[in-house]
Amino acid sequence: MDRMPKWADVVLIPLISVVLAFMVSGLVVAIIGESPLRAMQIMLRGAFGSAYGWGYTLYYATNFIFTGLAVAVAFHARLFNIGGEGQAALGGLGVAVILLAVDWPHWSLALAAAMGFAMLFSAAWAAVPAYLQARRGSHIVITTIMFNYIASALLVYLLVNVFRVEGSMAPESASFAATTHLPNAADFAGGLGFRGSTPLNISIFLALIACVLVWLLIWRTRLGYEIRSFGHSETAAVYAGINPTRIIMITMLISGALAGMMAVNVVMGEAERLVLDFVEGAGFVGIAVALMGRSHPVGVVLAALLFGALYQGGAELQFEMPAISREMIVVIQALVILFTGALDNMVRMPVQSIFLSLKRRRDNAARPNPAE
Amino acid sequence: MTDAPAIELRGISKSFGPVLANRDISMSVARGTIHGIVGENGAGKSTLMSILYGFYKADAGEIFINGTATAIPDSQAAIRAGIGMVHQHFKLVENFTVVENVILGAENGAMLRPSIARARKLLAELSEEYGLKVDPDAVIEDLSVGHQQRVEILKQLYRHADILILDEPTGVLTPAEADQLFRILERLRAEGKTILLITHKLREIMEITDTVSVMRRGEMTNTVRTADTSPAELAEMMVGRKVLLQVDKTPATPGEVVLKVSDLRVRRGGVERLKGVSLEIRRGEILGIAGVAGNGQTELLEVLGGMITASGGAVSLFGSGLDITRSAANGQSRRAMGIGHVPEDRQTEGLIMGFEAWENVAFGYHHDPKYNVGPLMDHAAIKADCVDKMARYDVRPPNPRLPARSFSGGNQQKIVVAREMDRAPDLLLVGQPTRGVDIGAIEFIHRQIIALRDQGKAILLISVELDEIMGLSDRIAVMFDGRIMGERLPDQTDQHELGLLMAGVTEGAA
Repeated sequence: MDRMPKWADVVLIPLISVVLAFMVSGLVVAIIGESPLRAMQIMLRGAFGSAYGWGYTLYYATNFIFTGLAVAVAFHARLFNIGGEGQAALGGLGVAVILLAVDWPHWSLALAAAMGFAMLFSAAWAAVPAYLQARRGSHIVITTIMFNYIASALLVYLLVNVFRVEGSMAPESASFAATTHLPNAADFAGGLGFRGSTPLNISIFLALIACVLVWLLIWRTRLGYEIRSFGHSETAAVYAGINPTRIIMITMLISGALAGMMAVNVVMGEAERLVLDFVEGAGFVGIAVALMGRSHPVGVVLAALLFGALYQGGAELQFEMPAISREMIVVIQALVILFTGALDNMVRMPVQSIFLSLKRRRDNAARPNPAE
Repeated sequence: MTDAPAIELRGISKSFGPVLANRDISMSVARGTIHGIVGENGAGKSTLMSILYGFYKADAGEIFINGTATAIPDSQAAIRAGIGMVHQHFKLVENFTVVENVILGAENGAMLRPSIARARKLLAELSEEYGLKVDPDAVIEDLSVGHQQRVEILKQLYRHADILILDEPTGVLTPAEADQLFRILERLRAEGKTILLITHKLREIMEITDTVSVMRRGEMTNTVRTADTSPAELAEMMVGRKVLLQVDKTPATPGEVVLKVSDLRVRRGGVERLKGVSLEIRRGEILGIAGVAGNGQTELLEVLGGMITASGGAVSLFGSGLDITRSAANGQSRRAMGIGHVPEDRQTEGLIMGFEAWENVAFGYHHDPKYNVGPLMDHAAIKADCVDKMARYDVRPPNPRLPARSFSGGNQQKIVVAREMDRAPDLLLVGQPTRGVDIGAIEFIHRQIIALRDQGKAILLISVELDEIMGLSDRIAVMFDGRIMGERLPDQTDQHELGLLMAGVTEGAA
């Protein structure tokens, strides 16, 4: 069959979906008596209008790139990893354990160790549902959701009973030593106007490196080839000598490790201590990011940027328009998820048929003149 | 009753982009006849039928049904015009009963009860009238393939179809089921229904049709009375050149034993599917396994190909034992040992339909050093290999960037055959090599198999096509209920004797 050009698939369709989502959101804003245009303006200015806004937008985007990649990698093996939330939480635990246990002389060593422990803990958390899926056939959607709750409960327990600083009422760990603090955007991009007040840190480069590595893994390595084969057809994979158990385990370990990397950005780069519920839904947003980005690293980066902007711009909007509550922001985010994820085909089908008919017309026009 | 033809097509053309799928096709089918349409894959048969059934809109031309010009913009219109279609892959809801499937989409109102009662009554009448016996309360997934097909036909009759289009109806049937289908079609014809039969199998055309049209490259090249033609002539019209229907081969010269299977047992789903199979294949010979589908052939192929594990017995290759009991998914090590495997189902096993052709060329051999540079796959090398294989195995179109699903069945199979046979494996496992493949490709694939044998390789051939088994094999083993019932030499047996063995009947010790 004929296909659309790739740019239409990866850029145009998500763009139309986002515009539709914003139009419906605008309608909601209008209904509660505020000006949609002004709301849009505030959101855009909040997200992109200043170095401060950019700092937050990119900081959130960093989280979503990691969780988005986590979901995307699993998607390629047709595994629906909904457990990013819990895996990231365990990643944070790993970061806190190693940063508190050792007296680190320099942040770079601490970063390497924190990454290792974040990925180790989160991959281990993903390994259990993966094993249950591979060997016992327990559906990974169900088990990863359950593991989110277990992770959440585990972190509450540990923060209250183990990590809490004596005499403190807050369920959070002691602050990490100053030698473990990651370079902030103010340090490496101060010339662009970033100040220490934004949480953006060098983790964003780790996220971009992760994108390149995931791209290499999925489209250039034998393992990626096997993962995609398995995702397309398990029977065919078995025929080709690809072991399903091995693929499910490895894919989920990679997926979990990517989700855990999000904790490096938040726990080590921003909070500089382990706090309760630091993931704040980033694991779930990762699902939308992967869907919208069509499980491709470039798409994931773009979608993560959009959701980063929604988070940051939404916070500003809430601040400047008191009529728009926190819940309204969630509604807008949900509409974007709805249109880009669930209603994808609603936009895809018409766009596809427009493209095909355009192509046909062009082909017919070109036929007498093969030079075209 | 009018004398107007049931179907008349005038000047139908349809193009997909630059590809002209149907060019100025005119055809007329008399009422109460069975009309065959033959042609290679990609000749435009399916497109033409899709236009008739309203899936596609023709760019030009007119359709007359019973003498009146009829526009068929969608399948609802086709149904209203009395056209019914039985697809190659059934469109039934597996966990519904026969009655529920028959009324699906024709429920007549929100309440199910009255229409089920009505359907039950009508079904009984239809079954009586056409000899289409099916239990109306049976659940589809419990029915045999042949019975499922009857349900499809009943569905169309329930919708008052006077014209039935059957697309490759015998592709999934056993010889006996195909015979039963033909008896049903004859009854339908006798009752005045018009039937369009699309098939590759010339034997079926000769057996059942009144007239036959041949399509080639989007054009309808000939329409002849079946009685006035012969399979060889039809094959020539289809392909555009002389075709050898019978494979030419020299007698085998068997060498040392390549594969030895002793007392092989396989359990699946709690049922023993192989109950102690023993066989031997030597260099330079083809062992054909005949049998009705589902008697253990699939399991034999899969256990030898490393897809499933055995529960007992032993297999050795050149005298050294093969591990058949430990972990499944052993395809990689089997390939490394020199076992090629053309699986029974190219769409779910042999190919990843969403992958492009070049990616499929490496499938199963992706660890081969020639496809890799260091830790990464060498896409350029695989693509070059794909272009080379496509040229030598005549895959059309020779475009390595096309997804596997965009190729016709015959060309898909050629991709699999190229991948598995080009390395000249010492042992080749072949399952249903020509299922759903057009004549030109069948001839090509058969010649490849013989050529591999003549290179001194051992071949295990499994096929439900008895003609294929008899034409290619040097020895024939017949399987029934997980056992080998006996071995015969192809020139010392006939379809009748093999048919009895396939049904589990043994006349004394062989």
